[in-house]
Amino acid sequence: MLGAFDDLELANGAYYFAALAGLTVLTGLSGQISLGHGAMMAVGAYTVALLIGNEHWALVPALLAAIVISAVVGVAVGAAASRLRGPYLAGATLAFAIGLPAIADQYSSTLGGENGLVINPPTPPSWLGANFPLERWEAWIACAGALVVLFVMNNLVHSGIGRAFRAVRDDEIAASLCGLHVGGVQTLAFIVSAACAGLAGGLLTVVLQLAAPGAFQLALSLSLLTAVVLGGLGSLVGAIWGAALLVLLPTWTNDLANSFSLSTNVSNNLPLAIYGFVLIAAMLLWPGGIQAGARAIVSRVRHSRVPGGS
Amino acid sequence: MALLEIEKLTTDYGPVRAVDGITLAVEHGSITAVLGANGAGKTSLLRTISGLVRASEGHVRLDGEDLKDVRVEDIVRRGLAHVPEGRGVIAELSTDENLRLGGLWRGADAAAPSEIYQLFPPLRERHKQLAASLSGGERQMLSIGRALMARPRVLLLDEPSLGLAPIVTAQIMQLISTLATERDLAVLLVEQNARSALSIADRGVVLNLGHVVADDAAHALAADEGLRTAYLGF
Amino acid sequence: MTKFIDLTLNGISTGAVYAVVALALVLIWRATRIVNFAQGAMLMITTFIASSVISSSGSYWLGFAVALVSGLVLGAVVERVLIRRVEGAPPLNAVIVALGLLILLEAIAGMIWGNTPRSFPPAFSIQGYDVGGTRVLFAPNDTFTVLVVVGVALALTALFRGTAIGLKMRAAAFRPEVARMLGVRVGRMLTLGWALAALVGSLAGMLVAPSVFVGPNQFDPILVFGFTAAVLGGLDSFAGAAVGGILLGLALSYVSGYEGSSLVTLAALVILVLVLMIRPAGCSRAHRSAAYERPAHEGQNAAWHARAIACDRRRCRSHPVPGQRGARCL
Repeated sequence: MLGAFDDLELANGAYYFAALAGLTVLTGLSGQISLGHGAMMAVGAYTVALLIGNEHWALVPALLAAIVISAVVGVAVGAAASRLRGPYLAGATLAFAIGLPAIADQYSSTLGGENGLVINPPTPPSWLGANFPLERWEAWIACAGALVVLFVMNNLVHSGIGRAFRAVRDDEIAASLCGLHVGGVQTLAFIVSAACAGLAGGLLTVVLQLAAPGAFQLALSLSLLTAVVLGGLGSLVGAIWGAALLVLLPTWTNDLANSFSLSTNVSNNLPLAIYGFVLIAAMLLWPGGIQAGARAIVSRVRHSRVPGGS
Repeated sequence: MALLEIEKLTTDYGPVRAVDGITLAVEHGSITAVLGANGAGKTSLLRTISGLVRASEGHVRLDGEDLKDVRVEDIVRRGLAHVPEGRGVIAELSTDENLRLGGLWRGADAAAPSEIYQLFPPLRERHKQLAASLSGGERQMLSIGRALMARPRVLLLDEPSLGLAPIVTAQIMQLISTLATERDLAVLLVEQNARSALSIADRGVVLNLGHVVADDAAHALAADEGLRTAYLGF
Repeated sequence: MTKFIDLTLNGISTGAVYAVVALALVLIWRATRIVNFAQGAMLMITTFIASSVISSSGSYWLGFAVALVSGLVLGAVVERVLIRRVEGAPPLNAVIVALGLLILLEAIAGMIWGNTPRSFPPAFSIQGYDVGGTRVLFAPNDTFTVLVVVGVALALTALFRGTAIGLKMRAAAFRPEVARMLGVRVGRMLTLGWALAALVGSLAGMLVAPSVFVGPNQFDPILVFGFTAAVLGGLDSFAGAAVGGILLGLALSYVSGYEGSSLVTLAALVILVLVLMIRPAGCSRAHRSAAYERPAHEGQNAAWHARAIACDRRRCRSHPVPGQRGARCL
């Protein structure tokens, strides 16, 4: 069985996946770039922190509330965003990402300011035994959430709604001529992704027992975007790759830094440097992401087997 | 040696062969019409000559110099001007600015805008207006005038009559004919309106599916009824 | 009343800095049709370089000069090495590349100079002018800032409207293929646009550094404010960027003074969204008419082409297509 550290990594990967699944649907499937996904996670995180910490709600209702509240915020964001395109959408969501965490400072009495809000760790139920490790329970909770997201998103992607998203992404005018309400579809994509992010943020709070602005800075939103781009815009399997990357990369770079005795400045910033570098390289070399890159390699291999070439 | 020589030129867009082994020559002071239906390869031919598209095989020679692997900007500097399909007028700039742009690389040797306004009086009235506000005929004049600012020796024209009323087409064609003789230009004129093109051209080349099906003096092509009905639509 | 005056003066001086960043963004937009999300990170790097030079040499103006030069170099290198490769691609690619650059530059800055924000000296005194016995919240340094904004806006406008190079840059941005056919070396114009914009950005960096301190993430809000100011003024206009910056500075100053300083970024967001909803982005008169002349093979895909045709300003506002609300632009 996994040790405590690995359990924690698994838990982290699970809620990252939940967030990434939502972002994949938003950016990959409906073609709307959002740099504010991390801020959306903050909404869910603080909701859970307030409900569990102050109001003593149970776990599942609090997570459901996080989903609902984030979805509501998603309605507002989506309604505004559906009128924006390309760089303007990016700029607006960037402003959202940088601006929202600052609310914690403004209303520091309720939201805890820079230090954030702390909650008690979730206790494993008694039928699992007295010595059931906390980290494993957290991992189970997070994975359960991730599985729910995977199931729902997968169905969504393959449903009529998913097709509507893709239609709107590929050609808005054609889509509207087919009777799709473009603005509504785009807002729906935002709502769905916000709900996923809210759940992810809530799970994050449960796993870390903390909701603080420092965890939801711009770097988070950009890391999420990197993971989605690398995993292949529009592919849920790619979101799994992305989540793995987000969890494992900092650990690997830490080990790397230790073995080469790099300074703390370097080791702290190495994961981000790699994200930036890889994001640039991926866009220049593989605009379709790892999934598309893998597909391209497979198809090239397949074609080379056909006698006489294609 | 003709001013513009094209030898077995071939251009591929991926698996599609748009230009297939075309050979032709254009003398200075003459007009060669390139005719054929849509998709015959006429525009691709011009775009290959001016360097916008790379040829897969064959050669283009301007005054004896091979243009292989030369960039568009540099081909233009050797005295070739290309008036593209759709006229390529920069709508966000004024008429004056469009003209000046054409002569910038030439520096002091460029034509003065006043020369062009003399040639195309309607443009003078609109010289400060944005090119977006010009009519189709005026835009055609502007794009030809812009090309002339650099005093080219070779002029490639892609469907100048497109979208123009018959009277305006006739005026433009007459103008092209005058320019070719007065300025000793080698003109390669791509047209779907075969009748107007052949009325001013010295030679005619008919393309079909990327290769040449006829290459003769213009009056001979115009007289060939079988050819006309098969490829030229009149 | 004094509070209002103080906030107004403060708004003008902070707004001037936003205006300079907005000018850089508008320059890149007009020259290459890309929004440079890495602008804040780029000026952060040049400001760090200036900071190091100032610390080691003791001379502010030497650091100033070095920052400007390194801005030129950085802008040219970024365009030539990175942006050139995504210029013909869909706009999203350029956005992501710029974001990747943002992350990379901030990480590199953290590695070289550390993540702790450090102080930065102002160009001139920051002690407010003495007006009839009281000190107002406007200092010689602020006058310098405003003069820089006005000077840069005028210089850029003159460059673009009055010079041959400006004409070439505009042509290269509007119709790169047509420009090439007229002998314009489009690649050089694009590089020049980015180099100049980075130069302008490094100016902004040094003007704002004394108040925000220098650190890898300290200039992120400046990017947001500069972008909002640019959009406020209409992304295509230098004068608009300058005015937009001042207006934004005033608005945010009032928000900060009367509501709370933590809310300024969100206030900027609200302003941004309002402006974009009132004026559909990208629906400039030029875009609309350009659509009639743009053949499909100019590197734009058919969907873009269709969108550009539909992007009619009047139609956007008063004749929505059934099932479609507002503009489908850009």
